[in-house]
Order: sequence, then structure tokens, then C-alpha cells
Amino acid sequence: MEIYDLTAHELADLLRRGEMTSVEIAGAIFRRIHDVDGDVQAYVTITEDQAMETARKIDGERLQGRDLPYLAGVPAGLKDVLCTRGIRTTCGSRMLEHFVPPYDATVVAKLSASGAVFTGKLNMDEFAMGSSTENSAFFPTRNPWDLGCVPGGSSGGPAAAVAAGEAPYALGTDTGGSIRQPASLCGIVGLKPTYGLVSRYGLVAFASSLDQVGPMTKDVRDCALVLNLIAGHDPLDSTSAPVPVPDYTSFLTGEIRGLRVGVPREFFGDGLDAGVSAVVKDSLAKLAELGAIVEECSFSHAEYALPCYYLIAPAEASSNLARYDGVHYGYRAMPPDGGEYDLMEMYMNTRSQGFGAEVKRRIMLGTYALSSGYYDAYYLKALKLRTLIRDDFSRLFEQFDAIASPTSPTPPFRLGEKSNDPLSMYLSDVYTIPVNLAGIPGISVPCGFTDGLPVGLQLMGPVFSEGTLLRIAYAFEQHTGHHRARAPLGCSGSGESGARQAETAGRQGRRDAP
Amino acid sequence: MKLSIKEVEHVALLARLAMSEEEKEQFRAQLSSILEYADRINQLDTTAALPTYHVLPLQNVSRPDQRGATLTQEEVLQNAPDRDGSFFKVPRIL
Repeated sequence: MEIYDLTAHELADLLRRGEMTSVEIAGAIFRRIHDVDGDVQAYVTITEDQAMETARKIDGERLQGRDLPYLAGVPAGLKDVLCTRGIRTTCGSRMLEHFVPPYDATVVAKLSASGAVFTGKLNMDEFAMGSSTENSAFFPTRNPWDLGCVPGGSSGGPAAAVAAGEAPYALGTDTGGSIRQPASLCGIVGLKPTYGLVSRYGLVAFASSLDQVGPMTKDVRDCALVLNLIAGHDPLDSTSAPVPVPDYTSFLTGEIRGLRVGVPREFFGDGLDAGVSAVVKDSLAKLAELGAIVEECSFSHAEYALPCYYLIAPAEASSNLARYDGVHYGYRAMPPDGGEYDLMEMYMNTRSQGFGAEVKRRIMLGTYALSSGYYDAYYLKALKLRTLIRDDFSRLFEQFDAIASPTSPTPPFRLGEKSNDPLSMYLSDVYTIPVNLAGIPGISVPCGFTDGLPVGLQLMGPVFSEGTLLRIAYAFEQHTGHHRARAPLGCSGSGESGARQAETAGRQGRRDAP
Repeated sequence: MKLSIKEVEHVALLARLAMSEEEKEQFRAQLSSILEYADRINQLDTTAALPTYHVLPLQNVSRPDQRGATLTQEEVLQNAPDRDGSFFKVPRIL
């Protein structure tokens, strides 16, 4: 196995045993990035110099016999929606192409304090709106399992980077499935924590009642280790939950006998790919073999979750994105030669030039749903429906310890396949969205392949049941071994490499920006 | 069509988005089909349900009234597209 194939805990063990230095590990990861990122295109900004400096510092401290946190000296990637002091944070948008935050997001500060070596900022759908990373204003990221396919989204950069060995682990964010769906499509583990478990301070807001930061990792142990580092109350986020944080690795027993797992029949209906369905059903049989009590159940409002989400999330987004006004930070449109804008013209042109099509679509949709005459019929109605969806989950969790389903209705799809049909793209998140609406945790764990492409199993649990989800995911993973498969970085399509090289050449310049 | 061009123009103005005629037509078609899909929520009776604005039972979150660390004025202004000394500068308003 190559260094870049190892998990974070395997690298941490090498460091502890003195078999490798952090500088050597970081060097191996950056070599991998230079070798394959021309094809994968996961990184928007690579921070090699800063990373090597951090790695040297950690090696020095280790040499002096300092007691370092377990993951100290292990490299990590960050979705480009998390603010990093002094390192530009673009959100995949022209609007923030040159934005350099004056502060760190709390999760970044926490990883930093634990000795993380940051490799750079990872690509995403603009403002986290999308399910394929094709909505990035800069370039699309490609799926390491088939470079002609999308990696999912919006955390497609983090998922592809981890799957391609370009980062041992990464942080993503999930508003409607943006950690779990790309994790599923790239064959890695992705966890969306309970709303409020992880601080949102410094996470550029999309939909504030739904957004959460979470780990994207090669296996479940890494997922638990990273969650240990980022979970916990933060006075800088008033929606942060004041709850105690357990050691999540203590749940990794490999034992799930007697746990009750519900399988909603509504999650196996129309629109589910037959290959995905077969792999997920095999996985459920595996859980039963391991001693879990797996039973069919019903999630009665399942079909309403997607329309409910596509009213609430854009409504919140339209309000959050009002801050991009060309005044305080970000892009400002300039008047044509010799002309002069008044304030209103500056606003209108700044926003129409700075935002891409999908962001504008959601701002328009949200503004409409909140506008006078439509507020009750759309926004308020959706909020009431959100209550019914929470109630569905509450009822199910009286009977079950966890709910299982496919993460995504399809395997990775081809670039361009859905980009002109917003509604069909939205359907990619049909199984992940209910989790965000209810504020509960959900994890996607690799569960096999269909036609050589990864499939993910989603597990959902009551609020703050991350331990139980990790316990089930770990037992499943240890008994199936899918997490040990590594992406081939090949391409089943043809005639695309020329275009890819052209895009990559265009990006090299942008990488040198701060 | 669920939306008229006039409604698209009204919403675009509320959202402070300038739009070409072509874009208006495109948004009219796409937003109409999304709203038609979203209309299925109106099949449900929700009269008994209270709205969920937020999932956490947190209310009136406060903190001690103590001075903490803040950004400097220079840090706050460093990303401004235009400034005049310690002020954000904007085009004329009237």
C-alpha cells in the first residue's frame, strides 16, 4: 500500500511509532496531488508551503517528546466553504474568488489546535448548491472511480480528494445531503452530525437551520476520530447545542446484536436504480446476519420531504445571500468605461455577475416563497410539513435504534447528464434531505459496487445518536471490507482528456492566488 | 406556466438581480416547473401542525456581557471592494 492509500489512524500510528515523520507524509500526499489532481480537479487552492511548515513544527514537537493529540501531523483537506484565516475561501463562487477571511471557522481552529496539516481548499458546488460539483464557478471535479462521472455534491472536492488519496480525510458540509451523497458516489464514509453538535461559526451560510459540518473519511474509525475533534458547544454559534461529547471511538465495538434497524419501504420505490437497490438490500441482509433486527417500516411523508426542502432551503438562502452586496467584501461590478453606477445598479449588476445560474435560481425561488401573497402557501406550509416529517422520525425511533436506506438513488452519473435539468438534479438528494429537515444525524458508509461504481448505505438515528450510527457502520464495514477498496482513477469515457488538460492549465494560475 | 414574466421581473427586483430577456424566460420555465413540483405539499392537510423554524429546543441564547476578542478595523476593511480611510465606500445613492 502507498502512503496516500492509508487512513488517518494508520498514518497517526506510523507517526507515533516513529516510522515516518509528518514532513514525509505531507510530502507523499502533495506528490499524489501533483500526480493526479490534473485529472481529478479536487483542489481550488493548494497550501503546500503552509502545510510543510506546520508538518516541520509538529515533527519538532514530537522530537522534543511533547504529548501530541492523536491525529497531530496528519494532513487534512477542507471544503472551500470553511473560513481559513489568511487563505482565500471561495465557496466555489466568482463572488468570493478573492475573499481572504480574517478569521478561522471554529472547526478549522479546532483541527488546527489538534495539529492538523491542511493541504488546501476543496472544490464544491457554488455556495454548496448542487449535487454534482458541476456548479463550481471554476471547474467540475471528477469521480476517481470513473473520471467521466461526477463525484456528487456539493462536497464533491472533499469526497474525490479522499477517494483519490489526495487527502487522508477532509471536512465537508451537509445541508441536504452534501456530505453523504458525494461520500456514497466516491466510496468513502461521510457523516452529517445532529444539528447543533458541530459549530457553524465560520461556515459560509447557505441555509442556517439545515447546515452542518462533518467528517469525510476512508473508514469509520477515522470518522469517529475526526468527530471527536470537531464536536462540542461553541459560544460563537448561538445554535450550538450545549451537550456533552462522548469519545466516539468507544462505540466501535464491532457488535450490533439486538439493535433494531428499520427500513422504510418508501425509500425503495420509483426512481431507485436497480443496481443500487440490489447492493443495498444485500447490505441489509448483512446487518441481519450480524445480529441486528432488520424490519420494514413506513415513512409516511417521504414524498413530501424534497418539495418541503426546496422551499425552506432556498428561502433561507435568499436571506443569507443578501449579504453579497458588493460593499463589505467579495465581488463588485464596475460600470462600463466612463460610466457611473448608482447604488441600485451596483447591487443588481454585482449580484447578477457574481452568482452562477443555480445560485440565482435558488435565490429567486426563495424570494418568491417568502414574498407577499406566497409566504403562507409555500414557506409557512413547508415549515408545517417539516414538523410532520420530524414526527414521522420520532415515531420510527420509538421502534428502531436506526433507519437504513440507500444514500443516493443512483450510482455516480456522467458529467453533463443532469446539469440542464434542475429538478432531476434535486432528486439526487431525495433520501438524504429528510435527515436535515429533522435535524438528526445520518452517515453514509460504502456498501459495494454496481457496474464498478460505489454504492453507499445510509444510516439515520435520533438526535445525538452518532455513537449508535458509528457502531453499526463500523460493524458493517469490518465484516464487509468495502472501505479497503481504492479508486482506479480511470476513465470509461473517451475523448475527454484534451478538455481536461485545458481546464487544468487554466487552474494553475488561480492556485497561486492567496 | 405557473409564473408570468412580470412575476419573474418582480422577484428579480426583490432579489436585486439584473436579468436579460433570455434569462427571464429561462427562469420563468425552470421556476414554474419546480413550483409545480413543490405544489404537491398543498395536497396535505397541515392545519394541526405547528411550523418548525428550528429543530433545537434552544431559546433566548445569551452570553455574559463581557468584552472578548474582536477583529481590528483594518481586518474588517481588508476585503472591501472600495474604501475611503476607515469607511466602506459605495456609489451615490440619489
